[in-house]
Amino acid sequence: MSTTTTHEDHHHAPPTGFGRWLFSTNHKDIGTMYLIFSLIMLFIGGGMAMLIRAELFYPGLQFLEPDLFNNLVTVHAIIMVFGVVMPAAAGMANWMVPLQIGAPDMALPRLNNLSFWLLPAAAILLMLSVIVPFFGGGTPVNTGWTLYPPLSIQSGMGMDLLIFTMHTLGISSILAAINIVTTIINMRAPGLTMMKLPLFIWAWLFTGILLIMIMPALAGGVTMLLFDRHFGTSFFDAAGGGDPVLFQHLFWFFGHPEVYVLLLPSIGVLGVIVPTFSRKPLFGYKSLVWGMGVLLLLGMVVWAHHQYTIGMSVAATNYFMIGTILISIPVGLMLFNFMLTMWRGAMTFETPMLFAIAIIVMFSFAGTTGVMLAVVPADLQYHDTYFVVAHFHYALIPGALFGLYAGVFFWLPKWTGHMYNETLGKIFFWWTTIGFNLTFFPQHFSGLAGMPRRIVDYSVQFVEFNQISSIGAFIFGLSHLLFVYIIIQTVRGGEKAADKPWEGAQIGTPGLEWTLSSPPPFHSFETPPTVK
Amino acid sequence: MNELNQDPQQETGKRSTKRTVATLALVTILMFGFAFAMVPLYRLVCSVTGINSIATNSGRTLAENIVTTTDTVSERNITVQFDATINGNVAWEFRPSVRSIVVKPGEKTTISYYVKNHSDEAVVTQSIPGVTPWQATKHLKKIECFCFDTQTLQAGEAKDMGLQFVIDPELPDDISTITLSYTIMDTNRSESLTPNTDNIPTVGSDSTASNNKNTNS
Repeated sequence: MSTTTTHEDHHHAPPTGFGRWLFSTNHKDIGTMYLIFSLIMLFIGGGMAMLIRAELFYPGLQFLEPDLFNNLVTVHAIIMVFGVVMPAAAGMANWMVPLQIGAPDMALPRLNNLSFWLLPAAAILLMLSVIVPFFGGGTPVNTGWTLYPPLSIQSGMGMDLLIFTMHTLGISSILAAINIVTTIINMRAPGLTMMKLPLFIWAWLFTGILLIMIMPALAGGVTMLLFDRHFGTSFFDAAGGGDPVLFQHLFWFFGHPEVYVLLLPSIGVLGVIVPTFSRKPLFGYKSLVWGMGVLLLLGMVVWAHHQYTIGMSVAATNYFMIGTILISIPVGLMLFNFMLTMWRGAMTFETPMLFAIAIIVMFSFAGTTGVMLAVVPADLQYHDTYFVVAHFHYALIPGALFGLYAGVFFWLPKWTGHMYNETLGKIFFWWTTIGFNLTFFPQHFSGLAGMPRRIVDYSVQFVEFNQISSIGAFIFGLSHLLFVYIIIQTVRGGEKAADKPWEGAQIGTPGLEWTLSSPPPFHSFETPPTVK
Repeated sequence: MNELNQDPQQETGKRSTKRTVATLALVTILMFGFAFAMVPLYRLVCSVTGINSIATNSGRTLAENIVTTTDTVSERNITVQFDATINGNVAWEFRPSVRSIVVKPGEKTTISYYVKNHSDEAVVTQSIPGVTPWQATKHLKKIECFCFDTQTLQAGEAKDMGLQFVIDPELPDDISTITLSYTIMDTNRSESLTPNTDNIPTVGSDSTASNNKNTNS
């Protein structure tokens, strides 16, 4: 016990001023910075989406040049994937992984600091890639986030900056993933065996492993792109003996598992929230863990379903089609497990639970359109239409973003020590859900009717669908001002949160985070708790 | 509870942390290498399994087992359409001598593609073929094609580039029209090509098209 007291002498109150954040090695501070960073990026990426929807309110060119429009589409996607969802999930992991496994901090605290501070650097590079074309940097990056050659070899200097952005983001997320996986494997409290871990921890373990497997492949792919642009190689240049389709394979080898990188943390959050507000232990915990493992393995080997139109042999497309459809089995299992957790539970409908239920409904819908897209002959028809846009926004906004919102509302009392305003939370839920559906539901119809994606102009028969979509997008976008207001209000004050603000939070799970005060002390679990 | 008991535990903890980090870092490096290993592996897998058989490059080399004896000429009429595309904004002209012809399977056919270099620089071009529908790819046998090699064009030079092919009588019955499409590309992507250089990368490969092209078949 003497070591414990000397330990406390080392750590006084949190350091003050800017240095606290710049040199921070504290998992809670770094988690907070990740979350704030992703919230800022959400507004930048969201602002770009608003510009895109404003341009598409009418057919014809309104106020965006075609290249600039395509640049906005590209950067919107990259910001939302790499700047919003991944940092927010990493921020949540930073906060909650040590608290949920009873560890004093992450395994590699200084590496943690580095992996966060690479993100603002990457964001600056990304913004520069948007800005340089205005100052003689050539054509903007107009390829879409997939960066397919030969177009990506032909665009201007912005492309180089974007490649460096990808490198920086890749290093950041690989370091974060190594850190989180190491923490989960090595720093669990005594008695907390793997099969007792909260589902969020399992979800992040799989996410971390996926990131370590796929991010280096993307880094390799964009490095080859850089070589093709500047160093005379012909990896992807058909004239020099290369093959542009090879880049598509490399990109989607990363790109498809990336979907699960975005999705799994939110599935983990659901696995904590649904039992809490159903006041029942999670149904089929083991099957959920195995289901995520199967999802990881299947997700790694079905990438070419994004490329049915490249001219693969029938055998290859069949393989990718069947593999893709098989994915609906583990995903369906997860959704049914959540529904059976709710079955005959004593449910209450606080904001996190409302989000959780909405996610199950809307994500199932994305799964249905996903199976439609997986079927080769149907996909040849839907390929590159707004049907695809509707599908992946239904997958990623409920599947990833709303899961993170649910997590924010669920853990905000723990993080800040204050309860958020429940009425405002519910208003935000309905506002944002209605806005989201209004935006993306009509895109199924315009897509099925043949409206191609990533094009600044469209044929006049799609006007109505696009106007509904744009109005929905403005409603959806505006709702986030309320989200920020709720967060600021909660941080600044409000009803004092109990250590365990949710009655059912420890049902069927050790729930170590709820044994700490709200907010938890700056240094927590210096003596590891014991789990029976 | 005393320090003697705690220290060894902490030491094991640190050692296993190091081992985990080392393993994960190794995976990272291997996966980065994997991306580059994909370049030769991809070609190998495609050529061994033929999963990429439909892809454009498959028509780039001399056909094997060409059947040209007259007794195998069938009575079917196949329309062959020709298409030409110029890659990038370069000052060239590129078009087939005929848009479409009707041939019989087994019959040897010769046409040509006209190309002119309007720029004031010599260029080395490479044409990349593509066949639609893809099922016809392996039945369109090329005896001679300008796409087998790079073609050099002096400034202002024009030429007709020959193409000789036979359609295999085993062409599936449901195919009556084949489109043969060529995209012509600049292999050295020189900076000074005029007039529109906006969309051409400023630095490019002075590359090795002729050395590499046969690896693609």
